[in-house]
Formats: sequence, structure tokens, C-alpha cells
Amino acid sequence: MSAIRCRQLCKTFKQGDEIITGLDHIDLDIETGEFVCLSGPSGSGKTTLLNAIGGLDTPDSGEIHMGDIRVDKLERGPLADMRLHHIGFVFQAYNLIPVLSAQENVEFVMEVQGVPVAERARKALDILKEVGLEGMEDRRPAQLSGGQQQRVAVARAIVSHPDLVLADEPTANLDSVSAAHLMGLFQELNENHRITFIISTHDKRVMSYAKRLIKMRDGKIIGDEAQ
Amino acid sequence: MTGLGSHFKIILTLSWRNLWRNHRRTAIMLGAISVGVWAMIFMTSLMRGMVDDMLNQGIRNLPGHIQIQHPDFLDDPSVVNSIGEPGGELLTALTQNGTRSWANRIRVPAVIASERESRGINLIGIEPAAEADITGLPAQISAGRFLESNQDKGVIIGAKLAERLETRLGKRVVIMSQDPDNNIAERGFRIVGIYQAELAAQEEFNVFAARATLQKLLKIEGLVSQIVLVDHDYRDVESLYRRVEAATPDGLEVKPWYEIDTYLAAMFNLMDGFVLVWVIIIFLALSFGLVNTLVMAIFERVREIGLIQALGMRPGLILYQILLESLLLLLIGLALGNLLALVTIKPLESGLDLSAVAEGMAMMGVGSVIYPSLTLYDVLLANVVVVLLGILTSILPAWRASQLDPVRALNTH
Repeated sequence: MSAIRCRQLCKTFKQGDEIITGLDHIDLDIETGEFVCLSGPSGSGKTTLLNAIGGLDTPDSGEIHMGDIRVDKLERGPLADMRLHHIGFVFQAYNLIPVLSAQENVEFVMEVQGVPVAERARKALDILKEVGLEGMEDRRPAQLSGGQQQRVAVARAIVSHPDLVLADEPTANLDSVSAAHLMGLFQELNENHRITFIISTHDKRVMSYAKRLIKMRDGKIIGDEAQ
Repeated sequence: MTGLGSHFKIILTLSWRNLWRNHRRTAIMLGAISVGVWAMIFMTSLMRGMVDDMLNQGIRNLPGHIQIQHPDFLDDPSVVNSIGEPGGELLTALTQNGTRSWANRIRVPAVIASERESRGINLIGIEPAAEADITGLPAQISAGRFLESNQDKGVIIGAKLAERLETRLGKRVVIMSQDPDNNIAERGFRIVGIYQAELAAQEEFNVFAARATLQKLLKIEGLVSQIVLVDHDYRDVESLYRRVEAATPDGLEVKPWYEIDTYLAAMFNLMDGFVLVWVIIIFLALSFGLVNTLVMAIFERVREIGLIQALGMRPGLILYQILLESLLLLLIGLALGNLLALVTIKPLESGLDLSAVAEGMAMMGVGSVIYPSLTLYDVLLANVVVVLLGILTSILPAWRASQLDPVRALNTH
């Protein structure tokens, strides 16, 4: 499912009177099970590309295919369904729903998917244990540190084994130990479950985990190499 | 996609917890809804009580719930438009179970004179035992006694009329009217009772004597002016009306109270409209607070809405979630408001004394004590209006939240 194909993807933003190029005729193919890092300076288009692939943002022109799905043509409802069933998101910050506990946050996606109560509780507890948050299931986000919150977000993104995980600067707010642990977890999921990862990052240590590194600048891909 | 039912638990959880994120704001809004609902129900019960009192007084003070009379009697209430005392099928219908009480009456225009003054009056011949249950006249006697039998030789006049005639209890007055042959019929009566009515006009014009005594005076033995019936509730006289009308001989007219006193009928019919307008006015005041609360609640969690959109919650579910949040707020407010109304109305069931404004109340035909009337219809109306309009008012902010652009929402600070 997760083979991604982008063709001539363009996106511009208006900031005051200025037109900013977010994506400039991007052509990109990502195969199922790849572990890809998008790197580049701020404003290079990494997040815009992630958002477009994840169906959060609509390109001005071009095509995005995810398997058989033409993502850029989907309406809001089907787009939401696609994200729900096929994509796990990890954002840089503000990842969790404040009124839900850690376990409930992890269960959230499964609950919307309609996974039975017992199954989703078991999966949530297992994954929280795996990300090192055993015993913190009932804590609300405000009672967790930034690193712990990010691990809950990661647990939520991967718990239902999506085809694709899109992570936008996932280690930006983590210390080096937590970051390494998180990347190790991503790597394991990628290798054992063939989940495709696309991670945007500035962090060289994160890039070192990637099997493919795509460099961006000014909305263009300026480098694409296997590692 | 699975339906709303399968997502209800998560939507309910989010709605309930979001509701209590800002305790103070929720408490203020609940207070406003509760007081609004209380005002709707409490004021409506007072208005209903006033109108009930006005109608009961108006109906009790002569018309009754149903009248049987000569077709020309209402236009020309003279002795020539008399009817026979009920008998046969009509008498059976009147005495059947279901008719609370009925009485024959004689009503003719007359002149009353004391040794000092004279006045035009309505001379009413009543059957004391039956009339007591219809008009409540015995309870209005402030001096002397009520009539004791159909042959009683005394009269009862109002306190206001006694004042006008410069007469008093125990004195004699002369009452003069016409018999069917247009001859003057007059005789002296001793004032055996003075009554005080809620309305001064009644005290001044209605004079009561015994039915048989007046029949003899007017030379109409076996005839009466009208037959008056009273049922259990003025709101529901239709079945009695139909039964009596079917049993009434041709040539007589049967009229329910709302055809006899169109002013009272108009008041009765307008009341539902008043209540609806009142409830909507209060709701409009409430709706500003409700919309403001929702808009603020949404504004504070735009990023969160963007997050749940990104995670795959459909816009429709976000709409339902925010509407459910609004519904929960409304339902809690309604429960508190209903409770508050019940707690404040119950102690007033024995009457709210408004003697301080008795004159004004009397001008409206209402007594100085109001008995709040709490009806299921009014309570349901207030609750249904608040829920329906509340949800309608919430739809726009909820819809706007569901249509947020996820990327913009996630980047909102």
C-alpha cells in the first residue's frame, strides 16, 4: 500500500504580499518498507512535503499516489479515513490530546478505527511498555515530561501498525538518549513490520538511521541517496 | 467507515472532559442556563396562575362552563326569553356522572332602591345549595348570611352596592322588574347578606335572591333564564358540552364558556403564545452566552482539533463531538434549572400574596393571591426549546471547527 509516488508536486504560500514556494515540481518515489529521512534547512519544504503526502495539505498542482489511492484528489472525509487506517503521524510538539490519559491517547486511533475494547487495551499497554512508559498509562499529558509525551505520540502512531509513519522532527524535543531509543524503535518497526517511515529532521544522528536520505532546499529535492 | 454509534464512547469522553477543562467558565454558563430555565418555568407558572385565576374567577362569577338558554337571551336577557326548568332527557344528562354541578338561574335586569338611592342591577335568582358549588358565593359573604333555600325571602347585595345605596345589612330595599306581560313586578326584600367580590363591578351590579321567590315575583313559575353547568376543568369541557347539547331540546341554545366570554377565551388562547414568546426571549439572552462559551472553547483548542483531524477523525465526528459538548452543557443546565424551578414553585403552591398591588390585579380580573400553575406542557416546552434552539445555535461554531484546515490548526499558537 505505502508505495508513494509524487509527480510535479507544487505548493506555494502567501505571506503578506510575498509568495513563498513550499514545493517546487517535486518528483519522488518511495517504496514500501523504506526508511527515508528528509533533511534540509528550515523552509526547505520538508514539512510541506510530509503534510502533502499525509493528506493534511493539498498541493496546488501535481499528483500524489499512495498505492492505488490518488491522495490529492480525495475529499476531506476519505482523506481522514486514509490517515486513520494507513498513516501514523508524529509531530514535533503538541502531539497529545490533553483530556485523555497516556493509554487513552494511544487507544484513540484504534477506538476511532473501531478496534474492540479488549484488543485495543492490550495493544496500548504492550506498546506503552515497549516505549518505556509502563506504569504511566493513567497519566495525563500534563503529568508527563516532553520526552514521555513524545513516546506516547510515537506509541499512538505505530500501535495499529500503519503502512506509513510520517514523523516531523520527532526528536526535536528529546534528549540524546531518548532520541536514540526512539530511532531504535522506528528502525525495529521498519525492519520487523515493513512499516514505511518518512522522517523530516535537522538532526545528523537521526539521519544516520536512514536507509535513504533526501535533501531539500527551497522546495526542491537537491539530493537523494541510499545509505 | 463505522457509524456514529461505534464512536459514541470516545466522542462522549472527549465532550465530557472538555466540558470541565475550564471549570469556571462552565460553571458560569451552567448558572446562566439554570437561571434562564428557572425564569422560563417560574414566570410561566405565575402567568399561568394569573390567567387560571382570571378565567376561574370570570367563569365562576356567573357564566359557568356551559350555559343552556333561550337563543335570544344573550342579546336580550329579559324575562320573555325564559326557558322551562330541565326535564326528561336533559335532566338525565345533567344528573349523570361526570357533571360536577349544575343549577337553574333567573337573570333579569331590575332596579333596586333604598330609602336614599336607586340603581340598575342584574337580579339573579339562584338555587342556594347548587349555586354554592358553582360561584363560591357563600365564601364571599362578608356580613350576614347566604340564602338558605329556594324560597328564602332575603337578598344578598354587594358591599359596593350597599355603599352606593347608603344602606346596610338588615335594611329593606325594593326591587322592581317586569313580568312577561310587561307589568311592573316589585316587592320589598330584606338584605340578609353582603358579599365582597374580587371585582368591584360585580359587587355593584349583581344582586342575588332565591329562585322560587323571584319566579313568584316575576310570574314565571316553572321557568328559568338559564341552566348553568360546571365541569371539573375549564380547559376540558368538550365532552360535557357534546353530551348536554345532544340531550338539549330543540329551540334551546347550548354555549360553552369560551363562546360566552370571548375576552376570557382570547386570554386563554393567547396564553400559549405568550409562553412561547417568553421562553424564546429568555433563550435568546442565553444563546449569546452559549455561543460565546462554545466559540471560546473551540478557539482554545484549535491545535487539538487539528491533531484529531490529522489522526483521522472525520469532520462529521468533530461536529458531533462539539454538538454533544453543547448538549451536555444544556442538559446539565436544564436539570439544575428544572430543579430550581420545582424548589421555588412548590413552597408557593399555597399562594403568592400580592396584596400590595391588589388594585391593579383586580383591574385585570385577577385576585390578589396568585397560585403558580406548573403544567407539564410548559416544563416540556421550556426544555424542548432550550435543547432544540441550543443545538441549532451551536451548529455554526461546531461546523466551523469541523472545517478547520488541519495544517493551519496544528500551527496555531
